[in-house]
Amino acid sequence: MSAANRGGADLTRLTAAEAADALAAGETTSVALTRAALDRIVAVDGDVHAFLHVDAEGALEQAAASDARRAAGAPLHALDGVPIAVKDVLATEGLPTTCGSKILEGWVPPYDATVVARLKAAGLPIIGKTNMDEFAMGSSTEHSAYGPTRNPWDLTRIPGGSGGGSAAAVAAFEVPLALGTDTGGSIRQPGAVTGTVGVKPTYGGVSRYGLVAMANSLDQVGPVTRTVLDSALLHELIGGHDPRDSTSIDQPVPDLVAAARQGAAGDLSGLKVGVITELSGDGYQAGVLARFQESVDLLVEAGAEVVEVSCPNFVHALATYYLIMPCEASSNLAKFDAMRYGLRVLPEGIDNPSAEDVMRASRDAGFGDEVKRRVILGTYALSSGYYDAYYGTAQKVRTLISRDFEAAFEQVDVLVSPTAPTTAFKLGEKLDDPIAMYLNDLATIPANLAGVPGISLPSGLADEDGLPAGFQILAPALADDRLYRVGAALEAALEAQWGAPLLSKAPALDGEN
Amino acid sequence: MTDTLVAFDDVLSSYDPALGLEVHVELNTNTKMFCGCPAVFGGEPNTQVCPTCLGLPGAMPVVNRKAVESAIRIGLALNCEIAEWCRFARKNYFYPDMPKNFQTSQYDEPICFEGWMDVDVDGETFRVEIERAHMEEDTGKSLHVGGATGRIHGADYSLVDYNRAGIPLIEIVTKPIMGAGAKAPAVARAYVSQLRDLILALGVSEARMDQGNLRADVNLSLAPKGTGSLGTRTETKNVNSFRSVERAVRYEMQRHAAILDRGEAIFQETRHWHEDTGVTTSGRPKSDADDYRYFPEPDLVPVAPSREWVDELRGTLPENPVERRARLQADWGYTDLEMRDVVASGLLVPIEETVTAGASAQAARKWWIAELTRRANDAGVDVVDLGVSPVQVAAVQALVDAGTLNDKLARQVFDGLIAGEGTPEEIVAARGLAVVSDDGALGAAVDAAIAANPDVADKIRDGKVAAAGALIGAVMKEMRGQADAARVRELILEKLA
Repeated sequence: MSAANRGGADLTRLTAAEAADALAAGETTSVALTRAALDRIVAVDGDVHAFLHVDAEGALEQAAASDARRAAGAPLHALDGVPIAVKDVLATEGLPTTCGSKILEGWVPPYDATVVARLKAAGLPIIGKTNMDEFAMGSSTEHSAYGPTRNPWDLTRIPGGSGGGSAAAVAAFEVPLALGTDTGGSIRQPGAVTGTVGVKPTYGGVSRYGLVAMANSLDQVGPVTRTVLDSALLHELIGGHDPRDSTSIDQPVPDLVAAARQGAAGDLSGLKVGVITELSGDGYQAGVLARFQESVDLLVEAGAEVVEVSCPNFVHALATYYLIMPCEASSNLAKFDAMRYGLRVLPEGIDNPSAEDVMRASRDAGFGDEVKRRVILGTYALSSGYYDAYYGTAQKVRTLISRDFEAAFEQVDVLVSPTAPTTAFKLGEKLDDPIAMYLNDLATIPANLAGVPGISLPSGLADEDGLPAGFQILAPALADDRLYRVGAALEAALEAQWGAPLLSKAPALDGEN
Repeated sequence: MTDTLVAFDDVLSSYDPALGLEVHVELNTNTKMFCGCPAVFGGEPNTQVCPTCLGLPGAMPVVNRKAVESAIRIGLALNCEIAEWCRFARKNYFYPDMPKNFQTSQYDEPICFEGWMDVDVDGETFRVEIERAHMEEDTGKSLHVGGATGRIHGADYSLVDYNRAGIPLIEIVTKPIMGAGAKAPAVARAYVSQLRDLILALGVSEARMDQGNLRADVNLSLAPKGTGSLGTRTETKNVNSFRSVERAVRYEMQRHAAILDRGEAIFQETRHWHEDTGVTTSGRPKSDADDYRYFPEPDLVPVAPSREWVDELRGTLPENPVERRARLQADWGYTDLEMRDVVASGLLVPIEETVTAGASAQAARKWWIAELTRRANDAGVDVVDLGVSPVQVAAVQALVDAGTLNDKLARQVFDGLIAGEGTPEEIVAARGLAVVSDDGALGAAVDAAIAANPDVADKIRDGKVAAAGALIGAVMKEMRGQADAARVRELILEKLA
């Protein structure tokens, strides 16, 4: 996009890197970018419902401060002044944080998550908090207590979950950047079904401090963007050691932006790519598989060597995940007892209710069905007499899955698969069938169990429904830079074919020019 | 509600007691177990708190290295193995003072395990085996407002102070102590007392039982004599003095025996100890099947103390308490009985500091054990809370040694010290307490005493020198205690020679 076009309504179409360039060149201001984002939200978010809370005033203040810093010639972060949205599972000082749940309605944290503090320190105006499945439990954002988010490609369809709000906000051009969290695929799967780029960094590569935990050993904060380069810029900004998160890795973040730029040049010679046998066959929509295969072919054209790799234990990943995740979640959610913050419901028909009565009534009203389902599952699986059979066994299988990855990465540099087995399904379609819903995370879950990084980027539109399909790249722990190199190479090859970013093919939303 | 008891001696004719002690030690680290808040309990409620110790959504714990160090040092001093790798676990249960509704503790992977401590009781040594010492965090504290008793029952509302939440605790758990028989209460007391000495010597805690820095839970069960089996136990929680530990064991032995004698079964439960009445009452039922749903804390990386670090810490250990006591007893020339009193009183450390500050061992013992302990008992406080320091005690004794004070005047100086009137010297000056030994002032008082007590004077003239005490007393009274008693005696004998 030429500099001349960087004005007016087009501001929302800029990628973060383009916006940063425009700011650096003095062609626009952070206030203008922020206003454009806010205006776009006013225009389309009634349909999309990507946001739970928009902080127009705060964002404009931060934008004005950014412009002032720039005018004063202060040294700036590359993304200083570029607006961003944050998934509502991250604590934001002074801004409501609900995790998509009634139980936290009205709660305003007195502190910032480390990643949020880093955004603020780098000068990115925070536009607001994005919708999500309650406590990040779900694959469709239909489990939000505040109503579902809709997919900008087709408003009758789901935007993926749990980070559907962040993905939809980016896909609908409401913001160029968003933060998501990925416990079993909640960044990558929404990315796949909305045609956006989503990255789950190496476990421990980005601080979890201030991320309201669903399953601590699986959760990871990561970028949601429209391009691979934007994800690299954001990932570098939020990554790195945090003394307040003892699981965070005390090593420098690899040079991800350089890896993305190198990849964009299109040469992958010497790279070995493994196609995961277990994640590319039965159960995958034909159109998704077709786009996947074409992308693999493009990698070969770019010089990569492609082989099939078997990860035999991946077939147990879903079952393993649905034991470990609810166990940790059941413990994490115990603190929501209506005593200190959030919702408090007095039970009806009890004159002098005890603390337990109030807790019971509050949890009954405050937690949705999916949350209750997982708390009960986790409580059961951890209970005495069942621990070894369920949690203990799941941890052993988890180790086997990690070993599958280790063995695979001895043969290849990266592994690839479709990100999700299908394109976006209809709202309500799988709401009454939890297992069918869970199957959507089939391909993304192994990376969380093993702690390895993964990226999803759009691989095109499925023939049968014209909806985006996602391409997943996985790398060994700490080798996040490989995701960006391979991802950027594929992105460049695909866009050369399409003639434009995939999102330019998305149907226009109401209020659009 | 009074429980039937069996006479203590009769308990032992039918049953063997098994004793178990769980002692919680609050560490004196600068910061809390998992966050940077000051580890200072007290102060305005909820001022020493942060998102982590309040358990706010999203907040995460980070292990306090100093607390791990203290745990290792305690473990080494208790002859424990130190784990090469261990983890924290979540103990999931609801407790009103516990902000996360799980406690971050250690479960099947304690940092210290398999240790022992030798405990002396009346010259006999019992080896108390330590099962484990593990790290955990303290809870907050509830204040129940509006009721008559301060308990939750009858209260209008409750307030919670989280200043204490997250203060590091070490829980030291013994294996069942068998074979102590009639000495079980004394063994329990001696164990807790020696453990406290050790903790103080390590400098890892203030270890004040009255303030809850050191809290003992007493497990007790009885088994039919000679069977060597373990009976059903009760756990008496938070017993807060050495004497109470001893009494609680004794009481539970007598109570259990009465129940078993009736052919009934002991109900496994926690018990509350009542200091004032010396009885225990039923707490909550507790079974081994309490389901805490432990699992490894995913927010904390494992603790893996290097062997170099452990060895380095081994080098910082204080002298073994048993050896130390033997050495001090020899140095100080105390009898066995005197030494036992000192150890049992928990005043070994202040007495040692008093001696170090220059007082004789006998004087130090006299002031701490006889004088200050009595005053503390009268005031219902712990001796160390009287506000009299070892250095001050030594200073008072120095004034006695110099002849400035006699014992009676010294006691008045202690009054002043407890009242916070300043240094011993300042109190002597302000209260005009110095001993009068000049013959001019004393002579007149002696003459007056002789004149007022002609019968006593005659006896002394007849050679009954012991009767001089009565005249000395009269002179003292006249001089309001400030006469030099030795000089008064000499003057009386001179005048009546």
